[in-house]
Amino acid sequence: MVSFSSKLFRTLLVCGFAVTVSSVDAQDRPPVDPAKVDALIQGMFTRVSPEWRARAVLDDTQRACTERRNQVSGAEADAIQARERASVVLPPDGNFLGDWRKGFQVANNGRGLQFSDPAGTVAGGNCYACHQMSPKEVSYGTLGPSLAGYGRERNYDPELIRDAYIKIFNAQAAVACSNMPRFGSSKVLTIDQIKDVLAYLFDRQSPVNQP
Amino acid sequence: MSRMRGILALVAAAATCAGIAGTMAQTQDESEREIERYRAMINDPMANPGYLAVDRGEVLWAQARGTKAVSLETCDLGEGPGKLEGAYAKLPRYFADADRVMDLEQRLLWCMEKIQGLDTADVIRRRFSGPGRASDMEDLVAFIANKSNGTRIEPQTAHAREREMLAMGEALFYRRAGAMDFSCATCHAEPGKRIRLQGLPDFSTPGKQAQETMGSWPTYRVSQSALRTMQHRLWDCFRQQRWPEPAYASDGLTALQMFLNVQAAGGEITVPSIKR
Repeated sequence: MVSFSSKLFRTLLVCGFAVTVSSVDAQDRPPVDPAKVDALIQGMFTRVSPEWRARAVLDDTQRACTERRNQVSGAEADAIQARERASVVLPPDGNFLGDWRKGFQVANNGRGLQFSDPAGTVAGGNCYACHQMSPKEVSYGTLGPSLAGYGRERNYDPELIRDAYIKIFNAQAAVACSNMPRFGSSKVLTIDQIKDVLAYLFDRQSPVNQP
Repeated sequence: MSRMRGILALVAAAATCAGIAGTMAQTQDESEREIERYRAMINDPMANPGYLAVDRGEVLWAQARGTKAVSLETCDLGEGPGKLEGAYAKLPRYFADADRVMDLEQRLLWCMEKIQGLDTADVIRRRFSGPGRASDMEDLVAFIANKSNGTRIEPQTAHAREREMLAMGEALFYRRAGAMDFSCATCHAEPGKRIRLQGLPDFSTPGKQAQETMGSWPTYRVSQSALRTMQHRLWDCFRQQRWPEPAYASDGLTALQMFLNVQAAGGEITVPSIKR
């Protein structure tokens, strides 16, 4: 908040807009009453179904990450990771790798869970929105790290395959307040879809592991 | 004049559509460059199809409607009844008569109901235009925002209610929710990031990126063949965030616009612009 205000102060001074500077300074900005913010936000969704309305209600982890703006550490981070780890379901057959071709479809599919989607739409993981994966694909996002060569660079290590499964199933079991969705725990993807994405990352034949 | 402008705009729109069809098979990178080229070509008041909306809005503003059969010309957008010049640059702001902080859309709906006695249900049903369905709100916002061209975004925070709205907008910007735990900040709090090939403006710090974004809405969206306002942009953001559909002209969207305009303070308004 302090840096926000000081940066704003400088910007306004540079632009010659001294008139609004004092009024948006930190000391003049009232502390936000969380109940009022909750009410404001619920007021946006009065016309949607109860199922949809529930998605705007924060769970404990969303609440903690919102209040801390993702800057958590120590005991607080440990508590989030322990809670989220408890919701991870490992594959019942003990096999982590599915079909990399299907995994590509999941990684490339941005549909699902939008209010514009028809009922019954199968959701994708939309990995390419944020990550580079196959080095041949030019249309990839940069919000997350590049995953090109992911399995190859890890020598296809079974321990790291298991870690990656947990990361995709629930990113916050690995890193508290990670920006990544909790794909398995939030029921965006099924266990089989996650196994297919893992194969896309770890199969030696996958384009991800080709030059 | 108006008709001439309309004909030119239609010719430009047809050229734009042909251009877009031609680039579909190429990479998105090339499409972006093509669209940038068309944007430069038709970013001209005589050719930007968004100005058709400005013209329609001008007619709607002066048209007698509602049970009281009067126009909107006595509507006070904050600078005095009927005064349009520079009004958009200072919205959202607090209105004593309504005892609320309102953005332009909320204020227009209020004026329609109070001054014209107009049933806004139909206006709200047509909030976003589509094929064969004009939107009074998009047209009015285009007309009124255009009257702030050349002025700079000047967020109003002198009133306690305005500061409260700003604080709530900032809180909303950082709020993580929905099936994918996304907040606005997930995509818009770091410079130089992109989704696929689409660049993402950083709104976490005040300055150029916020100024260029907020100073260029409403805009003509080439990909939608429609003029869109910030209400539509935020509606689409909520959709992509996997949040529930936000109600049109609800206070949460006003709070977000207040926060974004504070980040964009001093940005020059040039609207309607033209975008992808």
